[in-house]
Formats: sequence, C-alpha cells, structure tokens
Amino acid sequence: MLTKFLIPIASDDVAPRFDLAVEVHIVTCLTGGEMETKTVVLPQASAEKLCHLILTESITCVICGAIEEEYFQFLSWKKITVIDAVAGPWEKALLHHLKGELTSGAILCHRTVEGCHVDCS
Amino acid sequence: MPIPSPAITHLLSSELSFNQLLDEIPLATAVLDRDLHIVWLNRAFEALTGFSRRDALGVPCRHIVRGRICVENCPARGKTLDSPVPCESDMITRDRFRLPIKLTLSPLTDTHGDLTGYVETIEDLRAVRELDNKKNQAFSFEGIIGRSQEMEKIFQTLPLLAQSDVSILITGETGTGKDVVAEAIHQTSHRTGGPFIKVNCGALPETLLESELFGHAKGAFTGAVASKPGRFRMAHNGTLFLTEVGDLPLALQVKLLTFLDDQVIYPLGDTRPFHANVRIIAATHRNLEQMVASGTFRQDLLFRLNVARVHLPPLRERRGDIRILLDHFLAIYRTKLGKGIRGFSREALTRLTHYRFTGNVRELRNIVEFSASMATDPIIGVENLPAYLLESVPNTCPEAMGPVRPMGAEPPLPPHQTWATTEREMILKALEESRGKRQLAARRLGWGRSTLWRKIKHYGIDAS
Repeated sequence: MLTKFLIPIASDDVAPRFDLAVEVHIVTCLTGGEMETKTVVLPQASAEKLCHLILTESITCVICGAIEEEYFQFLSWKKITVIDAVAGPWEKALLHHLKGELTSGAILCHRTVEGCHVDCS
Repeated sequence: MPIPSPAITHLLSSELSFNQLLDEIPLATAVLDRDLHIVWLNRAFEALTGFSRRDALGVPCRHIVRGRICVENCPARGKTLDSPVPCESDMITRDRFRLPIKLTLSPLTDTHGDLTGYVETIEDLRAVRELDNKKNQAFSFEGIIGRSQEMEKIFQTLPLLAQSDVSILITGETGTGKDVVAEAIHQTSHRTGGPFIKVNCGALPETLLESELFGHAKGAFTGAVASKPGRFRMAHNGTLFLTEVGDLPLALQVKLLTFLDDQVIYPLGDTRPFHANVRIIAATHRNLEQMVASGTFRQDLLFRLNVARVHLPPLRERRGDIRILLDHFLAIYRTKLGKGIRGFSREALTRLTHYRFTGNVRELRNIVEFSASMATDPIIGVENLPAYLLESVPNTCPEAMGPVRPMGAEPPLPPHQTWATTEREMILKALEESRGKRQLAARRLGWGRSTLWRKIKHYGIDAS
C-alpha cells in the first residue's frame, strides 16, 4: 500500500490548528523512493471536511498541529496514524517522520528570542 | 538543563525571582518578544496549555496557545498595539481539549515608550460559559426564549398545560412562535413518545382537507384507489396540531366538533368508526370571537378548543426580549455558517432594538440570518442589516414605538427577505448581466461553474 501523508499547512509551517487549516499538502511516497506532492485548497476551514478529504484520498498518516480529541479518535479508529502538536516547517516535519524521528508534540521551529537563537536541549 | 530565572532588582530592597513572581499570579501569563516568540510563562500558563516552559521557549506563541484568534486575526499582526487588546476566542490544549478563552495581549514598552514585547494573559471561560448557559436556560422553555413578564407567565403555564390532556388554543400574530409552543407542549407531555402531526387548515382546499384529516376508504370517491388513514389516525396516541384553525371550513368544523365530543372518527366512505386517542392543539392568528360574531366560526367549537388558551404577545409588546433573541439566533447562525461573529455593533443594535418587528420573532430570525450571512467582520455592522431597516428612521425612545404606529411608517421592502432570496436575486442579476452565459455569471459571483449550477438547480431558476 502506498504511504500517503496529509499535512495541513499555514505558509511554510504545519498549521497550528487542524480545524482552521484551509490549505493541505498531500505527499505520496512512490515505490522508487520518489515523492509526489499536491496542494489542496479548501473552500472553508472545517475539521469535518478535512476528515472527509483524508478518507477519500486514502491518507495513511496525518501530521498536524492542534487537533481536537474527537477528530483524533475518529482518524485513529479509521486506522490513520495521527502525529499531532507538531510545530515548525512542514518539510522538516516530513523529513523527520521519514527518518522515523517525528513524535507527537515535536517542536521543530527555529527557537529565537529577540532574534537570537535559544537552545533548550 | 533548567532555564535560569531572571531576577527583578530595585523593586524591593532584595532581589526578586521573576519566576516566582509570575508563578504566584493565578492567571495564565506569558511574556513575548516583539516577534511574538515566547520568552517566559508562568505555571498557570503551563497548566492551561499543557506546554512546559522548556517546550515553549523561543517558539512563536501561535504554536503554543493554538487559539482561533492567533490563526484568524492575531491582535498584533501588522499593527502596533498601544493598549491591551482583549478578545474572546478558543484554544486547543495539548490534551486536545477545546476551551473557550479570553486572551489579552498587552504591549510592553521601555522607558522611552518603545515597544519591547508583549504580556499575554489567558482566562479559561469554561465556568463563565456554563453559567451563561444556565442563565439562558432560565429564560427559555423547550426552545422558546424570553425574559419579559408576559413570557415568564407563559413559561409557568406551559409545563402545567403539557401535563394535562386538555385541548389548547394558541393565539397570536404571525411569527410569534405558535408552532414552536405547540411542539414544546407535545415534547413535554406524556404523549412525547407518540407522533406530533401538524395540519395547516388554510393550506388545503376544502375537498381535500376532509380526506386529509379523517382519511377515506378505498373506493369512497373517484380516484380513491387505496384507503388513506388520515391525520387523526396518524396522530393516534400523540398530538394533532391544527394550525390556522380559523380557516377551517364550516362543514369540517362540525366534524371536528363531533370528534372532540366522542373521540371517534369516521373516514370518508367507511362505516366503521375509529377511536382515536388524540390531543388537539389548535392555533390561529385570527380573532375567533369576531369570527363567531360574524358567523364564520362555530361558537360551540370555539368553546371546546378554548379549554386552555395561550396567547403569545407580539414582539413589540415584549421589547425586552429583542436582545436575548438576537443573541440566541446569532449563536445559532454563527455555528450554522461557521463564522466567527462576535456580536452586533452599537449602531446596529440601536437600529434593531428600535425596529418594529411586524413579522415578530420570525422576522427577527430572518434579519439575523441575513446579517450573519452578509457580515465579513466579526462584528455585524449597520451595513450588514437588510436595506429596509436602514431606510426606516430609528426612534430614540423605545416606548414611543407603541403598538399604534401609523401605516405610512411601515418598512417599504418586504420584511421576510432572507439570505436565500438575496442569493437568488444575486444569481439572477449575474445571469442577466452576463446574458445567460453561466461561465461569466459564475466569475462575476466569484463562484465555480459547478457551484453556480448547483445553486441554479437549488433555487429552481430556469437559466436556459
């Protein structure tokens, strides 16, 4: 089965809220290791419509920001992997996931305070 | 590695721990830099959002607060704040719970008045919302809203009437909610498990009405190819709601009278009686006493229907309910339309509270639906109200808008203009301007061709 990811986005970042995202990236991992990306713009932000899109597109994994428990449980019940509370650039999140390093709650944004990098490790 | 806590000096004689000071504040508080990246947050903030200080340090606050306001309309985006901005919104916690919140963003300035960052506070509004719900429930009965004296009396009477099995006559002007009251009585009565059947006596011709109400046997008349049970039989063990009972023809009034006496119906062409256990609720906007005097309504039927009477006052006689009804319908359409509308502007409220709602609650509901559909901002302004509301001059004194207003002052446009009618008009205009070319019309309306096609079909427009 093809691995298909859906990432709700807000510009270059993973959208902070699943239910308020109006743009999503659908990334398909092809057999040769290549990836095919398409962008879907939704007419209106809606968690229900997004869930419907996830099911109709046969998505296998969702990488998102904040998601309500109701939708998280629904998608999990439909056997879709949901990695939530991810903050940061969507491409970085996808790369982390492909390397098997992405976990729920991962903060991947560049941490700065007054323009200077801060280290929390 | 623990994040070092800064110290506050010169405030007291000894140094103060900034961390401790902030943690003592029971309100979720965070300090942000100019770019809205989190610099510091207190324990209450950690508890509310579910993110620790370490998780949040240096991260844009929208990824930690995850509020609707942060995504849709961040108060600091593209503008400089010079005073605290409070806004009501919702957020999703790390535990995936959606909470109603009040978020306040206050600018921090240095000694020269230059912006150095922000203080963000978040209040959890769950308790307030629950209280609001309870407060609103206190002014309602099964979906009927009001807090005026007249409505309070009705709220006290309805549960008592619901528990009895007497026939009820509901009177009141059009749009006052007679149907809603009838259904509420049924829902709270012991017949709630049974059917609630509604018949509009004014909507069917006399010949059809008899078979519609009482049913007919197979072969009773030409075209009666099968037996029909009739509304009385369908309402068995439930409630039959006869709306516009004033329009019931005299011949049928006699039949209804017979049923009220014996609880037995004789379907057309059938010799076998049917004992129907049905409660009758009737409603009319007509003055039945006057109709009795003019000989168009049977007095004995009036006596039998009028065992208990509920009179619904027009909205102009309970002006205090306008605000609560506006809020009620706005909450409904906010959810239905999926818009983040917070309320009405002061001017719009003045217009609405001083308007004479001739169509009563129905007209008010339509106005709210129209305004909510038209609004592009979180606050509904005067420009979003139907045009006929803007053309009538608002009266500054509500008492002056008494029931006797001259006919000339009535709104010039039909009061029941809804979003649906407006949308239909928009489609027709676009089609006319594009000379029937759907592609062009869709572009004018900012829709896709398929959306336009769907809507044309929905409104039954002949665009050929």
